[in-house]
Amino acid sequence: MIELQHLSVGYGTTSVLSDINQSLRSGQMVCLLGANGVGKSTILRTLAGFLPPLSGKVLLEGCDLLSLTISQRSQAVSVVLTERVEVPYMKVTDLVGMGRSPYTGFFGRLSKADKNIVDEAIEMVGITGLAQRTIDTLSDGERQKALLAKALAQQTPVILLDEPTAFLDFHAKVSTLRLMLRLAHETNKTIFLSTHDVEMAIQLSDALWIVQDGAIEAGTTASLTESGRLQHFLQAEGITYDAAERTLKIK
Amino acid sequence: MNRKLGLLTALLLLLAVANVLWGSLDIPVKDVWHILCGGEVEGHSAWSIIVLQGRIPQMLTALLTGMALGTCGLLLQTAFRNPLAGPSILGIDSGANLGVAIVLLLLGGTASIGNLTIGGHLLVVVAAMVGALAIMALLMILSRLLRSQVMLLITGVIISYVTGSIIQLLNYSATEQGVFSFVIWGMGNFSSVGIERLLFFCVLLCLGLLLALLLIKPLDALLLGDRYAENLGIRIGRVRQMLLLVTGLLTATTTAFCGPISFIGLAVPHLARLALGTTHHRILMPATMLIGANLALACNLLSTLPRDGSIIPISVITPLIGAPVVLHVILKQRN
Repeated sequence: MIELQHLSVGYGTTSVLSDINQSLRSGQMVCLLGANGVGKSTILRTLAGFLPPLSGKVLLEGCDLLSLTISQRSQAVSVVLTERVEVPYMKVTDLVGMGRSPYTGFFGRLSKADKNIVDEAIEMVGITGLAQRTIDTLSDGERQKALLAKALAQQTPVILLDEPTAFLDFHAKVSTLRLMLRLAHETNKTIFLSTHDVEMAIQLSDALWIVQDGAIEAGTTASLTESGRLQHFLQAEGITYDAAERTLKIK
Repeated sequence: MNRKLGLLTALLLLLAVANVLWGSLDIPVKDVWHILCGGEVEGHSAWSIIVLQGRIPQMLTALLTGMALGTCGLLLQTAFRNPLAGPSILGIDSGANLGVAIVLLLLGGTASIGNLTIGGHLLVVVAAMVGALAIMALLMILSRLLRSQVMLLITGVIISYVTGSIIQLLNYSATEQGVFSFVIWGMGNFSSVGIERLLFFCVLLCLGLLLALLLIKPLDALLLGDRYAENLGIRIGRVRQMLLLVTGLLTATTTAFCGPISFIGLAVPHLARLALGTTHHRILMPATMLIGANLALACNLLSTLPRDGSIIPISVITPLIGAPVVLHVILKQRN
């Protein structure tokens, strides 16, 4: 569980979003929606500890994120970022094995137990057959699953993903999102991701965070529909939202 | 994996012995052996000096320089996530060059590396280090601003041009002897350390290589980029400072003593990856050190090929070996 208390995020003295008071529950996949530039990445970066909050607090299981050491944080939050991971000769098992870094010794050698955790993580995302392939031979969807397995191998209660479905083809988007939903439910982790795949997010996620007009509205698809927030967010020329079917019609 | 490292070690021993047995001057193998066993060859007292005070220090110098340059290349390629990074391409050794040039000029412009005292040498190394560190620091700042790998390489090339110009200007005001010794130094050779300064040279490089071993785990994480590494519990700031120190120390020491030696730093890590097919630095780093040492020893052996007492400059040989490797990397990247 993550709690954001009076959190203001931004860079230097420029605040992007201020006074956020929300929380993220365990065992849920929560999607962060919003137009480009509204501060989705900034929130994720702050929660990951890459960016200090301008004010307010982030509590991870009751602990202030800022009070954690880098090493403690690496065992609390794992990330999947937008930047492409391209390392020649690196195999899927190597990549997933990197997730064990917070737990390994001086030279980063994996113990037998570590290797089992890596294999399990690879199995959970369903790419066991690709384990010995080098990552430069993977499709975008497969690579994203490998990165998700890395995050799983890191064994953190929270996984943050910045636009994990961007660049994926339609089927890969659907399978990645469904996979994350299943993992959140099965492993009781908090999976928090930003995405532009609005319709899929509406249909699949346990909760939504809508960032619009400098504020964040959180809730389930049903509650946000009831309050009219979702309609307000989706409102644009040519788009109609079918609340009963949770689909978008485009004219 | 271990077998390959074993093979490389065996090759290293072989090349090390070959470097002692053969040199630019023809000394029969059995006489070399005799000298190594503590004997002296009648009528050829100079041979003892050549073997014991020439060839052995030169072999050790080549061995350690190869290790150091290869390791530098590996550190830089991982740190900048750029397969074409290396001490010479990024202009780090030209920073060291500039430091050396300034000191040689300050010492009257007549001093050559070969006849400096330890104190003078220390000054040269410190100057080279300051130069190398300044360029490294500049590159690290720029690498945050420049997202493109190619731009960073171009920056390195520009740095080399600028330092080259400054060195030319310094040469202008130097004496003829100063210019001459600088040109000779610039050709690169493994013989200028000599027996007197060997210990000093070895201590500095071994220190740098040991410090590099401390970076093995952070380097693995850095392969994924700074953010991922930080998320995996790596203190990026501290690791960067350490990288700066280690590459600075290794590049500066080798450059100050042996002159600028191009391509070894760039090519060796690729040979290691190619040979071992891994990204784990706990395997790559020893492999890089071994291959670097082997390559430098082979170059040193090749440099004595004229067999008439003269030698081919090292800086003539290394590009011939290194350039094809680099071309291979570029072509592979294209796919």
